[in-house]
Amino acid sequence: MVHWSAEEKQLIASVWGKVNVEECGAEALARLLIVYPWTQRFFDNFGNLSSPTAIIGNPKVRAHGKKVLTSFGEAIKNLDNIKGTYSKLSELHCDKLHVDPENFRLLGDILVIVLASHFGRDFTPACQFAWQKLVGVVAHALARKYH
Amino acid sequence: MLTAEDKKLIQQVWGKVGGAEEDIGADTLWRMFHAYPPTKTYFPHFDLSQGSDQIRGHGKKVVTALGTAIKNLDNLSQALSELSNLHAYNLRVDPPRFALQFLAQCLQVVLAVRLGKEYTPEVHSAVDKFMSAVAAVLAEKYR
Repeated sequence: MVHWSAEEKQLIASVWGKVNVEECGAEALARLLIVYPWTQRFFDNFGNLSSPTAIIGNPKVRAHGKKVLTSFGEAIKNLDNIKGTYSKLSELHCDKLHVDPENFRLLGDILVIVLASHFGRDFTPACQFAWQKLVGVVAHALARKYH
Repeated sequence: MLTAEDKKLIQQVWGKVGGAEEDIGADTLWRMFHAYPPTKTYFPHFDLSQGSDQIRGHGKKVVTALGTAIKNLDNLSQALSELSNLHAYNLRVDPPRFALQFLAQCLQVVLAVRLGKEYTPEVHSAVDKFMSAVAAVLAEKYR
């Protein structure tokens, strides 16, 4: 089980409390598809992904980004059992979606950068540390059921 | 591969942070040590407390080197040749794709903190590609 200090929990919660899940989720997913274009392989049916502008404006990208980040919220509500929270999603990503777990790490890092650009100096080193830890734990949990 | 557009964006971003190299370097390194403790293992001889002179000095060195690379985007291999030797034969930092990944991530966070909305997806992409290219050059002589 992952140990979270009181400070880490507080830093995670305080940032999360200010996050617009729809905007942030959309932005993080769009950046994943832009910065690491090979990740587009998982989204053949999303329509126009031909340029950064197209990706950012794509309604399917926005909707899916929101879905992904909403799911992140579940992890934050269940910091003491992220493994359990993501058990089914892990199986899904392996068996149905066939996503290489490396992509979870990429998305996690991108999310941290998105938060940094939104929160500026409020995204302190301690904040970054807590969030890098969180995205790492989520990535690990999502990869756990792979076989 | 860095496109002409990427190179332009990188140079623009660097222009925006001109004069703040020392702060950016120190902030980046401090975040890296804080978020990725294993990176501290390469600095047992440093005072790693926040704001230490050594962190500031080294941060400035790193960012200055990146600045040199940015002035020589068409010939990174040559521009970073000395540093490449140093990392491969002296420092032997665990293959740069791991160490630089953490440095690159923290540099991106610092730039994003400073530039906010100006750290657009396109800029983000260009900087990410640049840091990958730097990591590749630094790893060239490892074996």
